[in-house]
Amino acid sequence: MIDTLIPLLPPDERAWRWLADALRRIADDDAAILELFPAVRRVCGRGPLPGVPGWTIDESARLVLLQGLAAPRTTVPEVYRYGDTAEKIAVLKALPLLDVGPDALPLVRDALRTNDTRLIEAAVGPYAAGHLPAHEYRQAVLKCVFVGIPLSAVAGLERRADRELARMLADYAHERTVAGRDVPEDVQRFADVHNQGREGH
Amino acid sequence: MRIFDPHIHMTSRTTDDYERMYEAGVRAVVEPAFWLGQPRTSPDTFADYFDSLLGWEPYRASQFGIRHHCTIALNPKEANDPRCRPVLDLLPRYLAKDGVVAVGEVGYDSMTPEEDEVLAAQLALAHDADLPVLVHTPHRDKLAGTRRTLDVVRESGLPPERVLIDHLNEPTVAMTRESGCWMGFSVYPDTKMDEDRMVMILKEHGTERVLVNSAADWGRSDPLTTRRVGAAMLAAGFGEDDVDTVLWKNPVAFYAQSGRLDLDGAAPLGSHAGNTIERGG
Repeated sequence: MIDTLIPLLPPDERAWRWLADALRRIADDDAAILELFPAVRRVCGRGPLPGVPGWTIDESARLVLLQGLAAPRTTVPEVYRYGDTAEKIAVLKALPLLDVGPDALPLVRDALRTNDTRLIEAAVGPYAAGHLPAHEYRQAVLKCVFVGIPLSAVAGLERRADRELARMLADYAHERTVAGRDVPEDVQRFADVHNQGREGH
Repeated sequence: MRIFDPHIHMTSRTTDDYERMYEAGVRAVVEPAFWLGQPRTSPDTFADYFDSLLGWEPYRASQFGIRHHCTIALNPKEANDPRCRPVLDLLPRYLAKDGVVAVGEVGYDSMTPEEDEVLAAQLALAHDADLPVLVHTPHRDKLAGTRRTLDVVRESGLPPERVLIDHLNEPTVAMTRESGCWMGFSVYPDTKMDEDRMVMILKEHGTERVLVNSAADWGRSDPLTTRRVGAAMLAAGFGEDDVDTVLWKNPVAFYAQSGRLDLDGAAPLGSHAGNTIERGG
């Protein structure tokens, strides 16, 4: 599994040795990841990952470590629980690539309850689009709108958008308008497109 | 005047404070883990507190142009509560975090055997995690407490330049200076130092290895006392470079020993080169 990421990571000899050693220690005991995961940025770097927009080097290295877990369904939530913000973001972004099924949904919900836009944005990725029930998905979209995250950052929107979400966004746009506040352009456009053909409002 | 407050409990402060601090020149802070006024009863609430020092608080600080790092430890007061002792088992995973630039605050409160054990255990953790240590000195029986602190630090084998002894005053400064440790002074209403006494100490002992902090917290305190020390230094004839040494260069030099201090672009003052700290490690 480490081989598949070789082209993605920068050719840094020291980082490679460290990663290989970390993977060996995790193979011996999943719990070893709790002290290895936090050190990744200091050893591997945190710049953008060449060729993969939206990902950083540390996030890809952290993905490698998570993929080395024997029992991801138990250990991934533990890594998230004790993670700092960058670690939590790395876990959230890794979720669609890990064998956790719907078991990691509590992590997504935790991130969506925060007020940190970086966490919220990482939470509304493909994993949330694939697993969040309809009501929660709509609430997640609305939360993004409230904290200023553009709709383009929300995964699966075209597929999962429905009349109810369009109504919620139209109501939000209306509330902003009567308060004399701006309505984000993407929100207005979304509400308009998805409300076409609706009877009045 | 650029200011690095090496000891301030921002969790207890408001956004107004952040705005006034930025206005006064504060560009970076270190928030040591300490007790919250209300005793905690389980390790879980410590974990939530540590998470806040590594998550929400730096995020909040960043919105006001202030860089936030923290120190992590089981504080001396709560070291006496057996319900809190398992926090020691959580520390290695927290000491591995990027935002943690020292182990702290450790030290003595009432100088009990429990405090002895927890202090020794955490000095050993600092060695293992390759981190400097922020040591609190007691409010009561300060002279004896500081002497005992310095003995324990010496016995731990940690190099003195990796240790900051905090909340010093006139009776405790000389022995700390002799020990080779860094000297921290909290300028805090009523119970600790004030700016004029601070200037006297600087006149007598110089600026080397001296740090000044506000220690502002949930008590009646003031996050701008660092700035007032700077002003008092200038009024007493110290140069701007002396002020910069005490209020910026010294705290940066101490915490940079962690290899984790990230001040890229934090205080771009034209006249001061070298304000970017290389990330070590």
